[in-house]
Amino acid sequence: MSKRKGYYASKIKRAVHMLFYRRHKKTGVKGWELRKVLGSDYPKVLKILDDYLKALDLQVKTIFEEEKAFEKPSLENFDSARFYITLRGDLAPKEAKMIGWRIDDLAGLAITIAYIISKKGKVPRKEVEELLRDKLPGWKVGLNIDRYIRYGYLTQDENEQLYLDWRTRAEVDQKALIELLLSK
Amino acid sequence: MQSKKEWVKIGREKLQRIIEMCKSVEERSLDPFLINVEEIIGIVKEYFPEWENPEDLCLDAETIQHLASVIKLQSEWVKYRSTSLYTDPFLLEEKLTRIEKEEIVDAFLKAWHPIVEMEQISLHSLAEATRYWESLLPLKERWKGFPPAEVETSLATREELIRQRILREKAFSEELENFWQELKVKVGEKGKIHYWNFVGAETYEETVHRAFLTSFLVTYGYATLEIHPLEEEIFIKPNEKPITKIGKKQLVSIPITVSLEDWTKWKRGELK
Repeated sequence: MSKRKGYYASKIKRAVHMLFYRRHKKTGVKGWELRKVLGSDYPKVLKILDDYLKALDLQVKTIFEEEKAFEKPSLENFDSARFYITLRGDLAPKEAKMIGWRIDDLAGLAITIAYIISKKGKVPRKEVEELLRDKLPGWKVGLNIDRYIRYGYLTQDENEQLYLDWRTRAEVDQKALIELLLSK
Repeated sequence: MQSKKEWVKIGREKLQRIIEMCKSVEERSLDPFLINVEEIIGIVKEYFPEWENPEDLCLDAETIQHLASVIKLQSEWVKYRSTSLYTDPFLLEEKLTRIEKEEIVDAFLKAWHPIVEMEQISLHSLAEATRYWESLLPLKERWKGFPPAEVETSLATREELIRQRILREKAFSEELENFWQELKVKVGEKGKIHYWNFVGAETYEETVHRAFLTSFLVTYGYATLEIHPLEEEIFIKPNEKPITKIGKKQLVSIPITVSLEDWTKWKRGELK
């Protein structure tokens, strides 16, 4: 193995350890944390890791601050971004069951996310509850919304307004979801 | 013909109603175009020459401020509608109630890429945990000589927090013990650690909490502070055993600022 290859191989290992194992209460690793451990060329290390993960149907997902999309992100943009390992492709319904989601709960989550997107990212909790109550038993609706909040898919302010939270931004392709729902 | 007094009174009521209307649009995410900006500006203009006392002028300024927020919301609304993410909420709502939940799940699964994370114990962490367990004293030994609190007068003491039921005594003692062990592990053979490298955490709230616990570690003799005033550096040194009194030295309070600004600097690696 060449010296250069060895250099990146060891950095990729460190990156895998940091990204796959949870380090804080919240999943994911901040760019500045990666820079501290991997050095300032960490975006390149992540790019190599991402290429490597392709074969495993996984990817390194970068979520920039305030959901901004950059054509050529600077090191500063990367430092304040959060990085995750996510599935690159999609799951079959049976696989979703295997990772602990009941079909009702998942459908509820999909509807809630889609509805919040359609309302420009902010919607009163009562409206979502009404929408879910149409197809889910009443006692379950509140519990489900609380669960989505606990997992980080949604967040709620003091006026009981619901917003999308960090996990939705990391896991859900919002544009694709809306398009798929409208095409049904 | 209305008297000036009545006219001013009506004007005030109108401005208050406008403020309430703007607030409901801001807070309840209603359509910002429900507000006719031109008409409101007309009303504000109409009554402006009548305002003489500061309260009325403040009311006028508040109306303009809320109106500005609504105009901002209108501009955001237009921008959002022009993006590819915009979908008519009524169309989507109608769609969501019509399609089967299996179809919704099917669509969601195509757009969902869940985060992958692992929880697995390693040989290294097992060995680390065993070493920790071996060095851990039995509870009865650790807690028998808990020194009486020697706390300087300050805004909130531990006792006060317990009295106010913000903290529970047992949980705090355990937390303090664990925190002491964490300090020992982090310090390792170096014997000391930079204050910010120990208290600094992912979030500012967590950092403040860690700074709070660190103050108790020092007060109860689990650790000492080493201060280099010229270099403006503070180090924490864990004690092997809690020291109740350090010789005959007088106990002093050392205020350390843990401001949001310092924390941000530390996160960027700019804080020495």
